[in-house]
Amino acid sequence: MSTKQIPDFRFSPVVDQVGVEERIARLNTRSIKKQSKTRGLKLALNMIDLTSLEGKDTEGKIRQMCYKALHPHDALPDLPTVAAVCVYPVYVKTAKEALKGSAVKVASVSTAFPSGNAPLNVKIADTKFAIDNGADEIDMVISRGEFLKGNYNFVFDEIATIKALCGPVRLKVIFETGELSSLDNIRRASDIAIYAGADFIKTSTGKIQPAATMPVSLVMLQAIKDYFIKTGKMVGMKPAGGISTSKSALQYLVMLYETLGPAWMTNEWFRFGASSLANDIILQLEKDDKKVYYSGDYIGKD
Amino acid sequence: MQTTQADKIFDWAYAPAPEATDHVHINKKYDLFIDGKFVKPGKGKYTNTISPSTEQLLAQVAEADEKDVDKAVKAAKSAYDKTWKKMPGKEKAKYIFRIARMIQERAREFSVIETMNGGKPIRESRDIDIPLAANHFFYYAGWADKLDYAFPNRKPQPVGVAGQIIPWNFPLLMAAWKIAPALATGNTVVLKPAETTPLTALKLAEIIQESGLPDGVVNIITGAGQTGAALVNHSLINKVAFTGSTEVGKVIQKALAGSNKKLSLELGGKGAHIVFEDAPIDQAVEGIVNGIFFNQGHVCCAGSRLFVQESIADKLIDKLKDRMSSLIVGDPLDKNTDIGAIHSKEQLDKINQYLSVGKKEGAEMYQPSCIIPKKGFYCKPTLFLNASQSHRIVQEEIFGPVLAVQTFRTIEEVIEKANNAPYGLSAGVWTDKGSRIFNLTSQLKAGVVWANTYNKFDPASPFGGYKESGFGREGGLHGLMPYLNL
Repeated sequence: MSTKQIPDFRFSPVVDQVGVEERIARLNTRSIKKQSKTRGLKLALNMIDLTSLEGKDTEGKIRQMCYKALHPHDALPDLPTVAAVCVYPVYVKTAKEALKGSAVKVASVSTAFPSGNAPLNVKIADTKFAIDNGADEIDMVISRGEFLKGNYNFVFDEIATIKALCGPVRLKVIFETGELSSLDNIRRASDIAIYAGADFIKTSTGKIQPAATMPVSLVMLQAIKDYFIKTGKMVGMKPAGGISTSKSALQYLVMLYETLGPAWMTNEWFRFGASSLANDIILQLEKDDKKVYYSGDYIGKD
Repeated sequence: MQTTQADKIFDWAYAPAPEATDHVHINKKYDLFIDGKFVKPGKGKYTNTISPSTEQLLAQVAEADEKDVDKAVKAAKSAYDKTWKKMPGKEKAKYIFRIARMIQERAREFSVIETMNGGKPIRESRDIDIPLAANHFFYYAGWADKLDYAFPNRKPQPVGVAGQIIPWNFPLLMAAWKIAPALATGNTVVLKPAETTPLTALKLAEIIQESGLPDGVVNIITGAGQTGAALVNHSLINKVAFTGSTEVGKVIQKALAGSNKKLSLELGGKGAHIVFEDAPIDQAVEGIVNGIFFNQGHVCCAGSRLFVQESIADKLIDKLKDRMSSLIVGDPLDKNTDIGAIHSKEQLDKINQYLSVGKKEGAEMYQPSCIIPKKGFYCKPTLFLNASQSHRIVQEEIFGPVLAVQTFRTIEEVIEKANNAPYGLSAGVWTDKGSRIFNLTSQLKAGVVWANTYNKFDPASPFGGYKESGFGREGGLHGLMPYLNL
């Protein structure tokens, strides 16, 4: 079946919130112990997009974060690096230089992040700037206002336009699920973004509460699954914001594993947008290694 | 799962996470709980009770004969006359409330024993069976002093001595469903748990003894069919409550004909689970899985007949098969197990017989490629596709993890098919349209109809059947009625 067949997004599958929450509750009863826990935690660390998206960011701060991305915790051998760093377009160049020669990617937010309330030419310029500076990945936001007005074509076209601009640069599409209000809307937004060419769909900017939640993420994973069944094409997923503990990262991985299966268990197809998660994972791995809990003071906060 | 990319496969088989059993104490031998004491059976006969997941001996349990039953019923009668009948409702409530609290305090021990003796996954006994059993005691404790408000101007009176017989699929929960309303309404009780799963009921007897409930108010006697028959036929019994097979239910009803004993029966079922094309499909799949594979399908209200609207049938069945491939079948004590052990060799044989009947009848069988343990009694979750109303696997209760799938085209057709069964205990409807739900709830002949969910239980909600599924309601205000003269 051709991907050119675009469905009518008004008729995206409906979602029952109570059912989703029950499924999550059941997934969260999975007990991940011993070697499956260690493997899961290392994988989670390797899936992190280490993020700094603050008004007070500086080149110095970004360079420090990049060092952390490459050396999460040198005291522990065999630790993977994180997947990427995620920064504003103006810091792409700095990050790119700091990460030169490594496999860690540089992701840049764009399209007038976080609100997305800018004309298309500004969004295009924003994205171009990031790509020209060497961004490997673009994290764009959708126009939530237009989406809630029911202008699905507008949202679709915007994503398709940015995707065309991206070329080989991977595009993540942020819905800001905390502003979309219902799981039905989140499913619809997922379908729109996927069919418009998103390489990844992403929950949140981290600027709005609630950010990523498991119910929202499950609905998005199910949209990815339906698309895969229909077209054979994989789309990635990135929950962002609010995931700060190892336990919750493992719960997301269980959900991923039991919904999309082992092929998605790689940072090519799944990311955590987080800043403090890395240190909590390190804390847990340290504990498994040394049999004692360290305080946060023993692990670098960059 | 359907994905490929062999070089990148991250096979995340979860490490074993068994629930600890060292904190659990099971006696080598259990006697009969009569008049507040554990007493040896008159004939000194004991039978073995095993774990269906390991086939290991757990304990020996007394077998009550007619004389033991007589002793228990007389103890209940005397407790009724001397103490329980006269005790004010709010005093009775304190005891019931105390039992509820004690079950909660020992919830972990109860859930482990329930899983060891019955084979159900620890996830279910821990999250459903035991908390729900405690909740039933809490709920009915609340009614004990408010019966006049439940039935205004009716002067509700207790019936007397209740003889209660419960099945093996939810051992402690069924004991709670029976004992709690009987006590709250002022009756005394002789309860007989199933011969294969007596351990949590006997643990409950220990709790009841500790709780200081007056001697003889609750008596728990173990044994097989003959013990049950002696209980039902005892002349001092005023009320019989039975949950179990339709076959035995019929025998009991015949035996009670012409007597003035009250009777309530909760028997078999063949629940219709109906999915319309506008349903939230991923949640419907989850509901179907929960409806039929919960407790290995050993559930009288299991959604064992699936009706899918033809326009979404292929899609839904693909999703269902995919979901089934992620179910973990195995050691019920492992916290990650979704489907535990079949309750007994006998039940497994019966299920396997139905599997061959289904194949012979021409339905298409599907089982996921999961690995099941060599020792113990296990059955893979099973679908029968392209089934029709005249198949035996559609008409008869299998009581196992076996789902018969049919398609339908119109709403009239599915109502007719859903009601075209000897049973009428439960049904489920999945649709995004509220008005359709209400249309169906009024037309389906089932005691319980769940909408956009399945297998939801709450002490405040009545449960019971139509037709061959029995009569009388348990739970809620309705659950008080079978134990009262109104």
